Amino acid sequence: MFLFRFKRTAKLGIKSLWMHKLRSSLTALGIIFGVSSVIAMLAIGEGASRAAQEQIARLGSRNIIVKTVPPPEDKDVGSQQETMRVYGLTYLDAERFRNSLPNVEVVVPSRRIPQQAWYRNRKVAVEIIGTVPWYPEISPVRVISGRFLGSIDMHHKQGVCVIDENVVKELFVLDEPLDQDVKILGDYYRVVGVVSAAQAASTADAIENGAVKGKSQGGANVGNIYIPLTTVKNRFGEISLQFGTGGRSVEKVELQEVIVKVGSIDQVLPTRDTLETILDRFHKKSDYQVVVPLELLKQAKQTQRIFSIVLGSIAAISLLVGGIGIMNIMLATVSERTREIGIRRALGAKKRDIIIQFLSETLMLTFLGGILGIGLGSLIPFLVTHFGRMPTVITGISLVLAFGISGAVGIIFGIYPAYRAANMDPIESLRHE
Amino acid sequence: MTGDKDRAIGFDTDSPILVMDRLCKNYELGTVELKVLRDIELTINEGDYVAIMGPSGSGKSTLLNMIGCLDRPTSGDYWLGGQNVALLDDDQLSMIRGARIGFIFQSFNLINQLNVVENIEVPMYYQGYSESESAERAIELATMVGLEERLDHRPSELSGGQQQRVAIARALANDPLIILADEPTGNLDSESGAEILKILVDLHKRGKTLIVVTHDEGIAENAGRVVEIFDGRIKRQS
Repeated sequence: MFLFRFKRTAKLGIKSLWMHKLRSSLTALGIIFGVSSVIAMLAIGEGASRAAQEQIARLGSRNIIVKTVPPPEDKDVGSQQETMRVYGLTYLDAERFRNSLPNVEVVVPSRRIPQQAWYRNRKVAVEIIGTVPWYPEISPVRVISGRFLGSIDMHHKQGVCVIDENVVKELFVLDEPLDQDVKILGDYYRVVGVVSAAQAASTADAIENGAVKGKSQGGANVGNIYIPLTTVKNRFGEISLQFGTGGRSVEKVELQEVIVKVGSIDQVLPTRDTLETILDRFHKKSDYQVVVPLELLKQAKQTQRIFSIVLGSIAAISLLVGGIGIMNIMLATVSERTREIGIRRALGAKKRDIIIQFLSETLMLTFLGGILGIGLGSLIPFLVTHFGRMPTVITGISLVLAFGISGAVGIIFGIYPAYRAANMDPIESLRHE
Repeated sequence: MTGDKDRAIGFDTDSPILVMDRLCKNYELGTVELKVLRDIELTINEGDYVAIMGPSGSGKSTLLNMIGCLDRPTSGDYWLGGQNVALLDDDQLSMIRGARIGFIFQSFNLINQLNVVENIEVPMYYQGYSESESAERAIELATMVGLEERLDHRPSELSGGQQQRVAIARALANDPLIILADEPTGNLDSESGAEILKILVDLHKRGKTLIVVTHDEGIAENAGRVVEIFDGRIKRQS
């Protein structure tokens, strides 16, 4: 009974909307734009959020990254006189982390030196990463061919290297890189393996730069070359000459970076605290910086939430405006159809019947607008991705949400006009011209 | 014909169809109380054809609204088909209007966006007829008033006489106790008016109870009873 009533009421609604095609479509437009902006805004927000989170996750959510940074109070001294500045993380620090921190899985110390690498007559700018064989555990790089550095390489301070595919592309245009020799600062290093480009490196650095200020080199390097840490210490030494704005300075830095990986995500923050306590005790100058990707992730999520709320509010306001437009039109429709309401009341319609009739018209309008809005709203992120090169993600929830909201708008803004229609005095309505 | 009415609520065939007992209706206009109907005593039996006459402002329309259950009396009782209308709430009044009263208006009052069949279906819709049932009956009624050629025409495509015939068909849709007509020929030329009058007389002959509010002496002559209203009171009734 109710269902068949519903069907006929819906039919009646469609009929009277169809009678005023232009009016109905203009009214629905408000909802169409409202719904599509909700979907588009959420999709853009979600896309940005996922991209940021992916980048951060590539840094490793269980990692704690400790970096060497030049201590601020040393700067003036260094520029005035030619003293050697000694600062930064040391092998001892790495040892302490390994021995005193609980829950540590691995500790990866590394040197990072910007250099030029030669193969035959080709030359590229690279970053030398002097590190340990278990470096891949804390990094997303994968071995593509050959092998990564081994403990024997470490032990014997072998002149071997592992290069990433970007370096392969630039340096070995035609040749097979394995077992070839790459020349860096007069020494030759045999290529024992090729790894995937630490794609993350560029993007992750970008994030680090954004989130944490101060990154050593604004690298125009094409890729990374991994060399055993012992070999790097042996051949490159720890003293480097820096040319700054104030002149030359000599620096001694043992390690540029130590990455600590803990057993589980829960242990990241407590371990970070202990680690900072240790560093605080042994470093008088603030010549280090601790970066926790997990925390960046949390920050990113937080920022994202605010971003989503702002975007969502804008979209919600446009839906609200659409809703008010609908209410306006429905009120006009009701007063235009006063006579019809009177006739229906005289012929046996209860107040409820009139409410249902007008409410269903409003709902029909908003649902129609909702469906078209979903179509348009799904198209916009697609265009944004295609032309704006921005990642977008349309989630099922946003579709349901937008549709639900449009339905709610229909009910909220439809009830008052319908209620007004139902409460008209039938005698007065019949007399209405 | 009304006897087979299964939708009637508590209808007792032995009593008169309509009884008004000391019925009064007052309107409040600011601080002044306007006594529009005073102590109306009226009894109408099944099969009566009653003309209600009176000058404008006499309370005719209010009486009509009262009979049509569009309004409730201020005091007094109104029994329609054995039920005291004065005690009913808005929903029940709607039910009664739909089930027991067939309205015919001076200005036809058809719904413009509906065609002939759909207009006739409106009262049946609110009584819960199924779609096929009501469509079938609507076509039957339209044929009865001679509009079988115009079933899917809109009111704007019909002449006044034809529109009024649609309204008559619509009034008959739920097989009401009373057909209530308010100046049914008032907006029609004399020829169409005569046609409508003929249909009403036919309905009366088939046992329908008719109450017609009119200025038209012709209708009054046809009617078996005339009730004259003056100044909110029944001046004379036959």
